[in-house]
Amino acid sequence: MEKIMHKPLLPRVSLSYRLLSWEFFLLLITAAVFVINSLASPYFLDPWNLSDASFNFVEKAIVALPVAMLIISREIDLSIASIIALASVAMGFVAQTGAGSPLIMLAGLGVGLLCGLINGLLVTRFQIPSIVVTIGTMSLFRGISYILLGDTVMKDYPQDFAYFGQGYVYAMFSFEFVLFLVLALVFYGLLHKTNFGRRTYAIGNNPTAAFYSGINVARHRLILFVLVGLVCGLAAVLLTSRLGSTRPTIALGWELSIITMVVLGGVNIMGGSGTIAGVFIAVFLMGLVTFGLGLINVPGIVMSIIIGGMLIGVIATPVLLKKFRNRKPAP
Amino acid sequence: MPFKKIVASALVAAAMATSGLVQADSVRIGLVVKALGIGFFEAANEGAQEAAKELGDAEVIYTGPTSTTAEGQIEVINSLIAQKVDAIAVSANDTDALVPILKKAQQRGIKVVSWDSGVAPEGRQVHLNPSSNSLIGEMNVKLADEALQATGSEKGDIAILSATPTSTNQNIWIEEMKKVLPQYPQLNLVATVYGDDLADKSYRETVGLLKSHPNLKVIVAPTSVGIVAAAQAVQDQGRIGEVFVTGLGLPSELAGHVDSGAVKSFAIWNPIDLGYAATMISYNLVKGESSDSAIGMGRIGTATLDAEGSAAMAEPFVYNASNVHAFADIF
Repeated sequence: MEKIMHKPLLPRVSLSYRLLSWEFFLLLITAAVFVINSLASPYFLDPWNLSDASFNFVEKAIVALPVAMLIISREIDLSIASIIALASVAMGFVAQTGAGSPLIMLAGLGVGLLCGLINGLLVTRFQIPSIVVTIGTMSLFRGISYILLGDTVMKDYPQDFAYFGQGYVYAMFSFEFVLFLVLALVFYGLLHKTNFGRRTYAIGNNPTAAFYSGINVARHRLILFVLVGLVCGLAAVLLTSRLGSTRPTIALGWELSIITMVVLGGVNIMGGSGTIAGVFIAVFLMGLVTFGLGLINVPGIVMSIIIGGMLIGVIATPVLLKKFRNRKPAP
Repeated sequence: MPFKKIVASALVAAAMATSGLVQADSVRIGLVVKALGIGFFEAANEGAQEAAKELGDAEVIYTGPTSTTAEGQIEVINSLIAQKVDAIAVSANDTDALVPILKKAQQRGIKVVSWDSGVAPEGRQVHLNPSSNSLIGEMNVKLADEALQATGSEKGDIAILSATPTSTNQNIWIEEMKKVLPQYPQLNLVATVYGDDLADKSYRETVGLLKSHPNLKVIVAPTSVGIVAAAQAVQDQGRIGEVFVTGLGLPSELAGHVDSGAVKSFAIWNPIDLGYAATMISYNLVKGESSDSAIGMGRIGTATLDAEGSAAMAEPFVYNASNVHAFADIF
């Protein structure tokens, strides 16, 4: 069965070979950044410092995993940061009633899932392009958060709720970080080892063909949107716990950093290709670059320029290399 | 394999860097602002650098996120903690969300001061307000008296143009003004009107004041929107020289009105002094040169701390034709 499934995808063998080298390329750059950082700052190679630095990108990284799958299936979700905000606000209200951590967490996950369901239903039932739907819900979810909270803050979280965003599983390995590693494995399995994952690629490569080969494309996309929403709810739990408070501006602007991680990881923004491993490395690359520049006190504005340049550079290099390679054998 | 080589050289480089690390003797203070590229904070940095120069053995690291988010500030504070700075002086984007990370900083022996925009008491040791409500009230009345003298009258009517009737700050300041007014019998408060911090409504209210109180000499607007609108109205009504506008405003918005003569003088905090004082306080905390109730601010004097560790720097700084243009470039 497995082999039969692979046959029609044969043309992608060369593609997957290229992706492998893409990941190797990313790994090389990440290693280079690591070296440069250790040379530039004496504070870089401190396990605790690296652990502290991981908090800055792990929540985004967790959301990047399902978003990668969504983008591979030719969809996009721009409302992710707003879902995090709305989920956080919901948790704030539940916490206000004096509820315990499990219930607060459930509220965050529930609202996240619900937001994902709304996105998914709008896209699949009404056939509205996901970019349009999620631009709308991006304002909608954020707007509701503003209406509910206004200029106020919610911070009635119980003491033990701080564990999710501030706790450590073992030594300097934080709960957030370990959770990210586990989820990366789960999503690796889901995308690369299951039929669900193969269908995701199939839909991304050619939705019409996928539909005629018997894949329930609408349901598949709906599931992906719900999955993204649910993981946003999870990220909201982590972030809210780390900040110990909720304001409607929470996670403002995160959608772009998350999508940047996914694209840097080699996921084709047009859908159809990309790997979890690539996203996994890209997350660390982004995190290390930001942390390294921060350590030598590069102003944030210059940092944005460097990260923007890096994104373009990293993505353009393989494209240019491929062009050169393709030109030679065809005189 | 080149990767192994890179890792090996990274480790060697790191070992060299760490062994070559010489702990500097100077006191390193991280000055964290709401966002980089804002004139007000650039000016605060100028003051901080002045303080560092005066102290001799202090180094100020000026940093901040690119947008005014709590998450961005946390990232910046994280890298300051990693660099093992001696003190962090922060103008916070969020009173509560910064508390967990600043608590962590304090646990690692870093002194934390908030200035301009404060952090909840559990997250910092000292908070420096630019001024206090009573000082602002006094200053507004003092400016009104100066403006009255400029009209050449010994006695005269004054009016207050505020923001909204529910604006907490405004109401407190007006209350404080009314406390001081009896000491100035020459000033006769005839009306308090509300422009809702909208330019057009403030303008209309001012025109109304000018019409209904022909003997009006001074309009006090302790709001940066109101003061500009009022000055414009006085100019448009051809009452320059007869009626002066004063209050709290920004030099960049009022330089033109000072030139036209509608405004003689006005007040606002001086960001240079603020950065200077925050740096001095941080330094004194690191050196242990403070008590629970007082801490030195260099050339500005001594700050008195209340039970929660808050202090007021000074009365608002007065701007007039002699200095408004220099500051107009800053904020």
